[in-house]
Amino acid sequence: MNKTLAILGWGTVALLGAVAVGTVAMQRGEPINALWLVAAATCCYALGYRFYSKFIAAKILALDGLRATPAERLENGRDFVVTNKWVLFGHHFAAIAGPGPLVGPVLAAQFGYLPGTMWVLAGAVFAGCVQDFVILLFSVRRDGKSLTAMAKDEIGPVGGFVAYVAVTAILIILLGVCALIVVNALKSSPWGTFTIAMTMPIALLMGVYLRRIRPGKVLEVSALGFVLVLAAIWGGQYVSQNPALARLFTFSAPTLAILIMVYGFAASALPVWLLLAPRDYLSTFVKLGTIALLGVGIVALHPTLHMPALTRFVDGTGPVFAGKIFPFAFITIACGAISGFHALISSGTTPKLIARETQTRMVGYGAMMCESAVAVMAIIAACVLQPGIYFAINSPAGVVGQSPAAAAATISGWGFPVTAADMQALAHAVGELTLYNRTGGAPAFAVGMAHIFSHSLGGETLMALWYHFALMFEALFILTVLDAGTRVARFMVQDALGHVYKPLGRTSWYPSILATSALIVAAWGYFLWQGVKDPLGGINSLWPLFGISNQLLATVALCVATTIIIKMHRAKYAVVTLVPLAWLVAVTFTASWHKIFDSNPRVGFLAQARVLAASPVPISSATVQLIFNNRLDAAVTGALVVMVTLVLVESLRQWMGILNGAKEARVKESPFVRTRLVEEQG
Amino acid sequence: MNRMRKMIGDLASTAVAVLIEILREIFDEAAYARFLRRSGMASSSEAYAAFRQEFDEAKARRPKCC
Repeated sequence: MNKTLAILGWGTVALLGAVAVGTVAMQRGEPINALWLVAAATCCYALGYRFYSKFIAAKILALDGLRATPAERLENGRDFVVTNKWVLFGHHFAAIAGPGPLVGPVLAAQFGYLPGTMWVLAGAVFAGCVQDFVILLFSVRRDGKSLTAMAKDEIGPVGGFVAYVAVTAILIILLGVCALIVVNALKSSPWGTFTIAMTMPIALLMGVYLRRIRPGKVLEVSALGFVLVLAAIWGGQYVSQNPALARLFTFSAPTLAILIMVYGFAASALPVWLLLAPRDYLSTFVKLGTIALLGVGIVALHPTLHMPALTRFVDGTGPVFAGKIFPFAFITIACGAISGFHALISSGTTPKLIARETQTRMVGYGAMMCESAVAVMAIIAACVLQPGIYFAINSPAGVVGQSPAAAAATISGWGFPVTAADMQALAHAVGELTLYNRTGGAPAFAVGMAHIFSHSLGGETLMALWYHFALMFEALFILTVLDAGTRVARFMVQDALGHVYKPLGRTSWYPSILATSALIVAAWGYFLWQGVKDPLGGINSLWPLFGISNQLLATVALCVATTIIIKMHRAKYAVVTLVPLAWLVAVTFTASWHKIFDSNPRVGFLAQARVLAASPVPISSATVQLIFNNRLDAAVTGALVVMVTLVLVESLRQWMGILNGAKEARVKESPFVRTRLVEEQG
Repeated sequence: MNRMRKMIGDLASTAVAVLIEILREIFDEAAYARFLRRSGMASSSEAYAAFRQEFDEAKARRPKCC
């Protein structure tokens, strides 16, 4: 009876999923309701979790509930702690959910809602969730070892070295891109800048409260900080309306870039924990609250998507970023589908906290599904906008023209009608001077979110508040990624330099702290500066670079996973990681080829450098710098591809050796120890 | 009917308890409680300062995803 009911129930989910996916995929010409995307996503995730992850858990990984995890065997109350599975799920999700699943899908919406939605659903179920799940389990079975350590142990020294370089490169590029998104969101926006500036005294107040008044009551003080931030958003409108105050908080992009670099250096090098730790909590509080609110808002208000399923820009002529749907849609959306960066979290804190092997399925596979759902929400937020407005916000002046009239005419000429008056009215409604050329995805997401909420809560009168709330939410948690990332990169560089000269490895030696902090900030600051000065808006060059490096890191993670699966004598099931690996190799290598060698100067770095160098007028120093930047981007992309190719070759040698019987298939797991915890359902 | 109501009530209170525990873990309140247990200290400004000193060094090494 139960079995019949289960078959009927899952059959219904499959049928509903097929209808929803079919509707999303086949609908043309008419606007579609966002609930179809929600239904398609829910059914795909449910089926993926129930059947695919269960298959992987049972047939490949053979999860063993009786095997003690490092959290139990090595428990020290600090790094290794047996943690409730739901609590760990929340912790893991909070660590993997960053700005990526919000920004990437907004940018990829230039192709229409369909490519992004399909990639987010299929990518998550068959690639991203699988990667996070298997890497988490393999790390659990190796005492919580990191991805780089596992790559070194299982593939060889080349694997370990490349993983290390790839992690450092992706961190630096990520930080540069994140900073650029904040700059583009806050430039010439006194309201937004004031709100973000106010988070600093609020964080300091929270820090004093935590240390002196109610030690350790983080939730309580975060709620208080949140109320104060809402007050700052409310107060921002008066700042923007007062000419003297507005001038004080109005910054150009280069000035904001310098301020952010100074902030990054201070956050890494100075003992400013009183500011950073409370801000981190405040950011997490706002992030989780906003994601939950957006989810509820989309389901309750079920808005209509105005963006078509596919736009004309699938041919590679898109204004947001140049490049054809394949491969660029698949590197633009990383975090919502598959992100190599997640492998660092799955082999970082989480494996040291998990109580049972059987829980890796829920935490690893399940948390990535939730991140993918956030990406679906971002697609909806971008696609509820009228396409003309979406393109006006996201297109750089170098593509659509400098004046509002020229931009409106260009975008209308593409078949997405918009007028300068529409844009002026929208800018006025959200309390900005202009919304043109606000590349980077964050402003478009903020307008979309404000659009969704203002239709129910407060109407048009609250549109400006919702917009600045969304902007504050994104900028605040991007800044926390920035300061945390700068510190992590600093530690990594210090660890490496310690092998060359011991004192440089000491994290308490101030000359080393200052030197390595300056090195890291200079590295990501260079990319930020490049983006700020780029006439095409910076995102066009930097986001693909970030996507490529992130997906290349996922390639390394999947090489490690496949190697271990083959060593476990489960080669016949290795397709589970081999198929996403092959897909990622195809996507990243094709994208890298285009970014380096494509003859279209909007796509290829070298072509862009050639066009600039061939200018008939005398070349200015700024142009010389642009030429150098393009060549540098090409070199970085090429170097990453070469290194990942080395890992692939090393992995292939391992696989062939093991399958031929020339090499011993020996996994480097910690020995089995029977758990002493009471058996519970995983 | 009463049994049903009790079951729903129990479920709701469990869900709230789990949610609070998740938030306590995410916001490091649980880590602070563990620190107090491990070090045998009572909550105070000094204890919290000691916790942060120990905890922040480890936390600073954890990457946050994009």
